Amino acid sequence: MARAQSPRRRLIATLAAWGVALTIFFPVLWMVLTSFKTEASAVAMPPELLSADWTLENYAEVWQRSDYPRFFWNSVVISIGSTLLGLAIAIPAAWSMAFVPGKRTKDLLMWMLSTKMMPAVAVLIPLYLVFQRIGLFDTKLGLILALMLMNLPIIIWMLYTYFKEIPAEILEAARMDGASLWSEIVYVLTPMALPGIASTMLLNIILAWNEAFWTITLTTTKAAPLSAFIASFSAPQGLFYAKLSAASAMAILPILILGWFSQKQLVRGLTFGAVK
Amino acid sequence: MSTQSTRLAARLMVAPSVFVLFIWMIVPLAMTLYFSFRFYRLLTPERSGWVGFNHYLWFLNSPDFWLAIFNTLALVGGVLVITVILGVLIALLIDQPVKGQGMLRILVISPFFVMPPVAASIWENLFMHPQNGLFSAITRGFGMQPILFLEDYPLWSVIGIVSWEWLPFATLIFLTALQSLSSEQLEAAEMDGASPFNRFRYIILPHLTRAITVVILIQTIFLLGIFGEIFTTTQGGPGSASTTLPYMIFKQAIVAKDIGRAAAGGIIAVILANIVAYFLMRGIGRHLDN
Amino acid sequence: MGKIQLTQVRKSFGEVDVIPGIDLSIEDGEFVVFVGPSGCGKSTLLRLIAGLEDTTSGTIAIDGKDATTLPPAKRGLAMVFQSYALYPHMSVRKNIAFPLKMAGMSESEQAARVERAAKVLNLTSYLDRRPGQLSGGQRQRVAIGRAIVREPSAFLFDEPLSNLDAALRVGMRQEITELHQSLKTTMIYVTHDQVEAMTMADKIVVLNAGRVEQVGSPLDLYHHPQNLFVAGFIGSPKMNFLAGAEAAKHNAATIGIRPEHLDIGAGGMWQGTVGLTEHLGSDTFLKVTLDSGEVVTVRANGDVALHHGDRVALSPQASKIHRFDASGKALA
Repeated sequence: MARAQSPRRRLIATLAAWGVALTIFFPVLWMVLTSFKTEASAVAMPPELLSADWTLENYAEVWQRSDYPRFFWNSVVISIGSTLLGLAIAIPAAWSMAFVPGKRTKDLLMWMLSTKMMPAVAVLIPLYLVFQRIGLFDTKLGLILALMLMNLPIIIWMLYTYFKEIPAEILEAARMDGASLWSEIVYVLTPMALPGIASTMLLNIILAWNEAFWTITLTTTKAAPLSAFIASFSAPQGLFYAKLSAASAMAILPILILGWFSQKQLVRGLTFGAVK
Repeated sequence: MSTQSTRLAARLMVAPSVFVLFIWMIVPLAMTLYFSFRFYRLLTPERSGWVGFNHYLWFLNSPDFWLAIFNTLALVGGVLVITVILGVLIALLIDQPVKGQGMLRILVISPFFVMPPVAASIWENLFMHPQNGLFSAITRGFGMQPILFLEDYPLWSVIGIVSWEWLPFATLIFLTALQSLSSEQLEAAEMDGASPFNRFRYIILPHLTRAITVVILIQTIFLLGIFGEIFTTTQGGPGSASTTLPYMIFKQAIVAKDIGRAAAGGIIAVILANIVAYFLMRGIGRHLDN
Repeated sequence: MGKIQLTQVRKSFGEVDVIPGIDLSIEDGEFVVFVGPSGCGKSTLLRLIAGLEDTTSGTIAIDGKDATTLPPAKRGLAMVFQSYALYPHMSVRKNIAFPLKMAGMSESEQAARVERAAKVLNLTSYLDRRPGQLSGGQRQRVAIGRAIVREPSAFLFDEPLSNLDAALRVGMRQEITELHQSLKTTMIYVTHDQVEAMTMADKIVVLNAGRVEQVGSPLDLYHHPQNLFVAGFIGSPKMNFLAGAEAAKHNAATIGIRPEHLDIGAGGMWQGTVGLTEHLGSDTFLKVTLDSGEVVTVRANGDVALHHGDRVALSPQASKIHRFDASGKALA
């Protein structure tokens, strides 16, 4: 890749890339800036930046008026719980599809993906009724199950494409070495596929954290995660930009920071077999 | 290439996934199908009796229905076109030897971590709001009337917001695919006298086919059910200008409290999803082979 | 003990018979090489013995016990794969100990056996490295180490040297042969390279299209090939075949003569013109176009001063002529 690039071209490319990246990022940045302004400053016209009144008041007020730690904890439990449960079911399934493929494997995968195409709104009422009936409504377990099932096809697909890169000979070697199926998966496949599993895990935590339909409709207070927290904030508060921004920032910052720190791992496996 | 016992084990290991997904699909589907033929309105005390295909006919005869179908497809299609084209361009740009690639990636990926209600509310309030939004400040700066995004261009506004949410995903997949392209191939093409455009057309684009397929497939799956962004911003309006099929169903279920009718809409949505899935698989599924 | 007996072993994938039915017995302590062109079924046969594939019909007995339906782990065999199939996330020590760990052996016994194997294979100073940090030859030795610690009743090798460069291959070939001489355990070795087969085997099984063409010792196959296929496959450069009038003189449909059994000199039976020449110093290889139109290869000892365009006379050594009938079978 050591190609001679004229410094001029390189400078233009760098400037253009940064311009585009900052534009894409700007809404998030603007929201965070707004969250530190006073309400008056937040809606001032023309928009204030250097002259703005900076304050931490919004965060203090949001923190005081709502039970942020509970919402936060629910989000953590639900996203991590659904991810771990999903992996436990998906790893064996992906093993089967990647290493013992049959004529129907591709169809099976496509069918799994198609279950995700059913619009959530379409099945809202039945699921609401079922969840009420079997006592899963407004429970963390209920949301863990729902989000796990919602994302299972994506998890299986990601793991499947990742497992396919692993040479089957290595698993055969393990079999020759006397490994049972369980040992083969635990001692050989899983450690070898760790980067892919990590990436799948991250993506799934992000998807589960940001899910805002089932988490809002299948909870009231007890199990409500941050998506419900933000929904409750935008509704009755009216247009208090600064406080809304502060609440928004509190809802997304944990996952944003996790994402930033782990983006290398995330991106590595985020190919769905698109890269050969 | 395996023995019978491993094939048996393979079936057993894929069974739990198939089983739970089947239950997850069939139970709500069966209930929805049942409700769609029932009289089931939460606002009337009497909630029983069969209504045949009346709910379906109501949808098919509703002037909003075809608009909703169109809006659904326009939303999916619009977001796909925008994210794929911009995604490829941005990926090409970032793939250049530019300074600070790691930081660039972090900036570009960020919208992907923002939950939909927050994304929608940022755009609605901080940017598109006719009085206090940043966009109106800009247009006013030029001495023009602010653009009423959510009133005058509701569907375009929603497409814009959703595209912003999905652009990082597309860009990153394209970027990873680009980075796997051997530079020798590009150098060979250069030796063969291919212009930059031809190199893109004949080397880079074919290399990206698989990645584009994957992006289209995954995004379609998520986009067909888009709901939260519309709920937060336009509420399907003005009128029905930005009402998609999922939103129309939502209005029947939650606003009109007509569960039967909403269920019929749900079944129609499932059928629509299947039609889209069918064409999707036929059109691009072959790129996923191997 | 490692006596392996195949009886009417058949393997088909769907409609295709990869192996139509093979009978073969491998004695305890023997070094057997399966050789044949790619796609001849040699690897499939090895995988059937390993238990990585199901036999469609027939039986495989190991030490007199029917093992046809046993899973690979229960057969007491060890295998070295073409890609080595080392576990990339484990150190060399853990790689070698893996089969022992799977067998539930105590830590101390595991350590002792790994040390012993490492000493035999000169791996002692690499035990804490990962496979990724080793050279091709070292990885190969780790794969062998992983196989020998279990003290299996037989070793299976699936083209183990094909990923090594030429010089290393010769070295590893000798190491494996020496290993066999010291362990005296049955070894089954699959290769497409007839030189490997000739140099290593006690017994060679030549396979073609899923069928056994001939079984015998290397020199047996060299001197007495039973058919055209074996005659052409064993020996390098290939045996020359002549049909037509020349063969008719010997009452055969085809005759074969190896390049090293053609003498150059005045008064030869066959006249021809030298084409391509390869002067190696120790040997000289000549491609000669006979006046009858056929092209034969000649191998002469030492440096022979013949060049492109020169006229030569060749005479085959009468006792070294192989005769074949119209179906390709050798005539006595």
